[in-house]
Amino acid sequence: MTDVKPRIKVPKTAKKGEIVEIKTLVSHVMESGQRKDAQGNPIPRKIINRFTCEYNGKPVCEMVLHPAISANPYISFFLKVEESGTLAMAWHDDDGSVYKAESKIDVTA
Amino acid sequence: MIRSSAASRRTVIKAMGAGALAMGGVGLAAAPARADLAKAQKLLKELIGDKAPQEGKVRLEMPQIAENGQTVPLTAAVDSPMTADNYCKVIHILADGNPEAGVCSFKFTPSSGRAEFSTRMRLAQTQNVWAVAEMSDGSVWMTKTEVKVTIGGCGG
Repeated sequence: MTDVKPRIKVPKTAKKGEIVEIKTLVSHVMESGQRKDAQGNPIPRKIINRFTCEYNGKPVCEMVLHPAISANPYISFFLKVEESGTLAMAWHDDDGSVYKAESKIDVTA
Repeated sequence: MIRSSAASRRTVIKAMGAGALAMGGVGLAAAPARADLAKAQKLLKELIGDKAPQEGKVRLEMPQIAENGQTVPLTAAVDSPMTADNYCKVIHILADGNPEAGVCSFKFTPSSGRAEFSTRMRLAQTQNVWAVAEMSDGSVWMTKTEVKVTIGGCGG
């Protein structure tokens, strides 16, 4: 479970002004900090606490996550495409790691 | 011989049943629903301040019954034109029966195009899930939905 890999579903093309759906899934334990191991010691919390998304460097949306979000967090949302560009997403872990994913969208006439 | 062994088996089963009931009682005592409701209200105040949320506008789609509290799908949305001067800034999700009331906060910008997101959450027990939306004009809207949980999603 140490291998954290984001999977994203982003359309390759869109019409100008079209609102497209973005779907994301990351393999991550999202350890809540509420559980205890077999010896009764609390298992330390380790979750992705923040998700950010930018399009051509401009913020689109941001999510603050708490331990109540399920393991392998799934997030889907929308983006209004006005121009061709790159969608950049980042997942911020409690331990400071940042997992990134990018995808290009071309605007078609 | 046979009779006495059957009787002892019955006694054992009875004892086990009593044990299970006692454990259930402890579980309930450890997570009183009222205290968590206060926790959720406190968090809501931290998030939106002294504003009084109005009912409506925000939509929260969740199953009425979740067989497994580990992963319950949710979709929250607000009907908003999402223009530069009229858009939904953020939707907060809270749960009043979880060990921690906060679930997530999703911040939008006008380039979101639509104030809607989906994710999956954990539910420790049957409880109300709240969706609270803050708009760019400062108004706050909220809705609650009850989800019945068969198997809890927190703790182990």
